Amino acid sequence: MRRFIQAFLVVSSAVLAPAAAAAETLTVYTYNSFFSEWGPGPVVERAFEAECGCDLEFVGVDDGVAILSRLRLEGARTRADVVLGLDMNLVSEAAATGLLAPHGLDLSAVDPMVGSAMATSLVGEIFVPYDWGYFAFVYDSESLPTPPESLRALVEDSEVEILIQDPRTSTPGLGLLLWMRQVFGAEAADAWEKLRPRIVTVTSGWSEAYGLFLEGEAPMVLSYTTSPAYHLTVDGEDRYRAAPFEEGHYVQIEGAAKTATTDQPDLADRFLAFILTPPFQGAIPTTNWMYPAVAPEDGLPPAFDSLIEPSRMLLPAPVAIPDKRGAWVEEWLAAMSR
Amino acid sequence: MIPRPGAAALWPGAAALLALALLIGGALGGLLAAAADTGTSLTRNSDYVLAVLRFTVLQAALSALLSVGLAIPAARALARRGRFPGRGLLLRLLGLPMVVPTIVGVLGIVAIYGRSGLLNDAFAALGLPVRLDIYGLSGILIAHVFFNMPFATRLLLQGWAGIPGESWRLASQLGMSSGQMFRLIEAPMLRQVAPGVAGLVFLLCFTSFSVVLVLGGGPPNATLEVAIYQALRFDFDIPRVIALAALQVAVCAVLFAVAARLTRPIPVEMALGRVVGRHDLGSTLGRVGDAAAIGLAAAILLLPLAAVAVDGLSGPLSTALTDPALWRAAQRSLAVGLTAGGLALALGWGLVQSSRTLRVRFYRRRIADRLEMAGSLVLILPPFVVGAGLFVLLRPVADVFAIGLVLVVLVNALMGLPFVLRILGPAATEAEERHWRLCDSLGIGGWDRFRLVDWPLLRRPAGLALAICSALAFGDLGVIALFGTPQSETLPLLLYRQMGSYRTEAAAVTALVLLGLCLAMFAAIERGIGGRGSD
Repeated sequence: MRRFIQAFLVVSSAVLAPAAAAAETLTVYTYNSFFSEWGPGPVVERAFEAECGCDLEFVGVDDGVAILSRLRLEGARTRADVVLGLDMNLVSEAAATGLLAPHGLDLSAVDPMVGSAMATSLVGEIFVPYDWGYFAFVYDSESLPTPPESLRALVEDSEVEILIQDPRTSTPGLGLLLWMRQVFGAEAADAWEKLRPRIVTVTSGWSEAYGLFLEGEAPMVLSYTTSPAYHLTVDGEDRYRAAPFEEGHYVQIEGAAKTATTDQPDLADRFLAFILTPPFQGAIPTTNWMYPAVAPEDGLPPAFDSLIEPSRMLLPAPVAIPDKRGAWVEEWLAAMSR
Repeated sequence: MIPRPGAAALWPGAAALLALALLIGGALGGLLAAAADTGTSLTRNSDYVLAVLRFTVLQAALSALLSVGLAIPAARALARRGRFPGRGLLLRLLGLPMVVPTIVGVLGIVAIYGRSGLLNDAFAALGLPVRLDIYGLSGILIAHVFFNMPFATRLLLQGWAGIPGESWRLASQLGMSSGQMFRLIEAPMLRQVAPGVAGLVFLLCFTSFSVVLVLGGGPPNATLEVAIYQALRFDFDIPRVIALAALQVAVCAVLFAVAARLTRPIPVEMALGRVVGRHDLGSTLGRVGDAAAIGLAAAILLLPLAAVAVDGLSGPLSTALTDPALWRAAQRSLAVGLTAGGLALALGWGLVQSSRTLRVRFYRRRIADRLEMAGSLVLILPPFVVGAGLFVLLRPVADVFAIGLVLVVLVNALMGLPFVLRILGPAATEAEERHWRLCDSLGIGGWDRFRLVDWPLLRRPAGLALAICSALAFGDLGVIALFGTPQSETLPLLLYRQMGSYRTEAAAVTALVLLGLCLAMFAAIERGIGGRGSD
């Protein structure tokens, strides 16, 4: 008995004691698909560590919105030095928490489209954009030869089953919420209720929904117009395509920010500056499968040429969103659980 | 003042009670303070909250009906067939789902009933147009039956064992048919026992978390427990957490009170091997029926577990087993399991020590009951409420990466306490009844009393209680899902993450390691503490 107690105390104290933090570690909170082995994480980590001589540590959270929730949960005690993966819909809300700090960088190099979208927001001082893309439903052309041609058609006269992400954790999920608002206005709740029986499942992150889609759980998934480039490049497969919608497609701009409480402010600044340089930007198209925030000099990979160009670009107005996000998410929850 | 003999035994209970009060009081206080900070109203969007409550009740009621409905024929067949090869083993295996980590069970269920699972493959091979859908209500029900039907079968079997032998002899003399025996002997017993069992299953499913989290598939299928988790994790919306938690506590309290009325206490350990002499066992129909009932129950129980074993063994063993993240997670889980189990046992022992003294020596039965009730009441508290409250309380002073594990330990220790009380309580009271006079007259007290009298008598139930609590904490995917980080990742969380990112093969190996370690730890504690001869 006594020996057991001793052994047990030794084991538990050894394991429960917090690991001592190594000096010069930059901790970056990001979404799971960013730091997965096939995502940009490993490339970015190698390149930045070679440059800074420090240790870059990614901490994965379900998806973009969850990064903000996590930051709120941990408050000023957070270990994050940088958060990477917020999008324009979240950034003013994130800025309002007071947990993020200005970056002090010159953003003139970024793509004019991204630059003009950011000009409408007040958070350019905090937010360093690293990529952008259009939300789209990606479909499997073998099981769904003729996809719906608009969001309205998808909701109102279609039988197709879809996979989506939860707007409470995921930025594509939140994007769809705004997209539905844009198309259906005040009738968005009814539209959600109409769509609900055909939503196979609501996942907490993009990677889960996309994984289910590839396993054939549903012929259509909420993703990006750029997703087919992955299949063209990696498997030479063209059966997965993005469905162009008549109403236009919502633009997502993803970015990073420094936390106000970081104990590595210099490293964090260096990392944010690194985001806009070729080693980071060059990795984006073929690992995160999005458009890089700084247009590359030698153009995009060939697979990007075959992607659909949305007829209309729907731009988010980030300043208006924070107040409404809560109400819209509530409306969605109520419609989905009726 | 001269201390009364035995008064010293009141201190451990007081200490345990104080610890409970600090933990729970601190958690609730922390939450209320945080709610006051945010200041939003509790009642907004009551549609959603009501929808969640409706679904929670619906799935729990269906789960209880299905579990008990399947358990009745299985228990009856097992009671009728006292001797067949593997009966003893099957009875032991029926206890397995209690300690199998939920997330492992869910993985096995997906492998059998999932879209590309064994059953759908079989349907397709037979050319049947049926396709099972594992996400949503059907998946939740299948999983709840897997976890609760075996447990219900064991409880019902005790009901059958409780039917006096005379009843069967009389039935035989009167030449009753099987149907008459069922109507006159078995049905009245079931009317007494089954509602309590169904109530217990209902309560367990009402507070179900991991199953619904993995198989629920979004807001339409959320239980209160999942909604609390989501309100915390997605929105950090404390007022909603409080509203949902209050609802859950209220419903559970009512259920608890009703169940306490319905159930007569069934001793946890009881011989299930008794053979009844019935005369109606010869008919072919009865044989086929019993074989089918036993076969179905065994299939429901064993197929998912076999799938975990087969998929795990055929997975990429060498790469997955050499992954340091797996072993670090295993180490953490082991530490969490043992610490939480030890803490639960210490708290429970303290309460039992005092309650039995009050009960036996001082004839204060009501105070003793209340003391034990205090320990059991944590059953109605949602773990996330305790976890989140303590997190809010500790956040200003703690390391947010390390705190996750501490919270998991504390919450699991609390959740294990009712098991300790249930298992240790009766044995400890009996030891007191038998030996207190002798101990007093010989002047044996304190450590000597523990070493010479209590330990030898109580090591078996204590070992069982520690083994159960440690196994539950080891496999728990509850609070860790909320606060876990890669630095505090336990095995269940690692498995959940691997399942989420569709690393199916690695997940299969992790599940097998999780299951194997959990069962090995259970057996080691039960044998090591309980001594030889315990099973």
